[in-house]
Amino acid sequence: MIQAEGLTKFYGRHPAVQGLTFDAEAGEILGFLGPNGAGKTTTMRILAGYMPPTSGSARVAGFDVVDQSLDVRRRVGYLPETVPLYPEMSVSEYLTFMGSLRRVPNLDERVHEVIEEVRLEERADSFIGNLSKGLRQRVGVGQALLHKPEVLILDEPTIGLDPAQIIEVRKMIQELGRERTVLLSTHILSEAQQVCDRVLIINRGQIVAEDTPANLQAQLAGGERLRVHAAMETHELLDLLKKVPGVTRAEPGESEGVVELASAPGRDIRPLVARRVVEGGFDLLEMRPVGISLEEIFLELTREETSSEGEGVADA
Amino acid sequence: MRNAWIIAGREFHSYFVSPVAYAVALMFLLILGGLFAAQLYVGVQFGQMTPDGRIVIDPLVTILLFATPAITMRLMADEQRMGTIELLLTSPVRDWEVVLGKWLGAMGFMLILLLATWVYPLILHRLTSPGIDQGILVSAYIGLVLMAGAMVAIGVFISSLFNSPVAAFFVTLLVLLFLWIVGIFGRGTGSGSELLSYLSFVDHYYGNFYQGLLDLGDAVYYASLTALALLLGSQVVEARRWR
Repeated sequence: MIQAEGLTKFYGRHPAVQGLTFDAEAGEILGFLGPNGAGKTTTMRILAGYMPPTSGSARVAGFDVVDQSLDVRRRVGYLPETVPLYPEMSVSEYLTFMGSLRRVPNLDERVHEVIEEVRLEERADSFIGNLSKGLRQRVGVGQALLHKPEVLILDEPTIGLDPAQIIEVRKMIQELGRERTVLLSTHILSEAQQVCDRVLIINRGQIVAEDTPANLQAQLAGGERLRVHAAMETHELLDLLKKVPGVTRAEPGESEGVVELASAPGRDIRPLVARRVVEGGFDLLEMRPVGISLEEIFLELTREETSSEGEGVADA
Repeated sequence: MRNAWIIAGREFHSYFVSPVAYAVALMFLLILGGLFAAQLYVGVQFGQMTPDGRIVIDPLVTILLFATPAITMRLMADEQRMGTIELLLTSPVRDWEVVLGKWLGAMGFMLILLLATWVYPLILHRLTSPGIDQGILVSAYIGLVLMAGAMVAIGVFISSLFNSPVAAFFVTLLVLLFLWIVGIFGRGTGSGSELLSYLSFVDHYYGNFYQGLLDLGDAVYYASLTALALLLGSQVVEARRWR
């Protein structure tokens, strides 16, 4: 549904995105994950037909974003990061305006439907300028849904919302993703983990990793991790377990008597660890595998860049 | 083209919820009304009055010079400042349709203002005998509408260059002032004098329309200036995408 081929965009001499190649299948929720300034917004603007790339090409729903921009725009619903709306219009006026630009058939009825869909029935006649940020976000989402687009591009859809609203928007996205292709950007990792079928991690305009959230975890964790809790002092436990064959690293855990172990992939060290503790004459209280979180993967992948990165041009 | 009308409709409506628009309209009609009342007062004092609708037109032209930038300043600049332009430009709408729509919407408001000023010549007509020359008045108003069209188009173009309505206001005012006075430099016999006097905004108005003459050449001048400014505006919108 979306195919990007070597997408590159320069702002002056500053490269916002460089050689981005990826695709999204129909009915897939693809997450764009990256720190601020990574080039997420730029990429989404290119795909939504707002700006052409400096080089490279992209096709959305089978149409080229530069040569067939109008065809692309007809099939895309786009929610920009800042959700720009006209404050002096009411919700239903605004949706009617956007819908008429998009030639939505049976417009009045459709506007009504969308208002119900994003649950703004009670505020349909309120001026947008008087709505809270969360409600405005819903108006923005409503605007993107009006013409029942095949592709939805949502730039940071949960930014600035309170926790209850975030959960609501995520649920909405998951529902929407059943029938359409959704491309969504976020810098919140748990969001990507929870909502997306596939995640693209981008940093400084380049893709640094691409996979399902689960695979990313497995692939980047580089082996298994084990948390061991025994009724003994941490340093004793450390000394005891360091020598277990297969253990690549042993670190003190967050509380007394807890140690975290890393082992080579595909090697189960649990029986050995259990035996060593018990044979040492101590009580083994708990032992469980720890998954490496997306947070850690993310930090790992973007580490060297974040220290030198100061500019946020791409997401500005 | 339908899109341009949709955008124009929204723009036109937004004038009626905008305090700036009301302020402009108030200033427009208040100054004009004040001057008109003063003329009447003087006329009554001396027991005579020139039965000429143009006593309203003269100050109107000058007020337009200041009112137009105020009407057009936010058209594109505000969209660019607030980011709403992003949703317009990702709708299936061509860039020129956006610019044309803005112009049409502002012209709608402008026409209402001009229509409202018609009340003064009508009063004058009732007060004097045998009344005023309606032909000259109609001709003068046709010229005024054409001139206002060009001024609004220039305003739209300049507004598209800025993210700040205030900046757009002052630059538009400057450009209009320049077009206003450029004819003066054309009065001489220098090499470019013919071109300069052709460019002059006011000469095309006072030369014929104001005298009651509908001249095609002057209409073409204003129409081509309008078209040129709108074209430039569309180019700016497109260029902003490539930025």
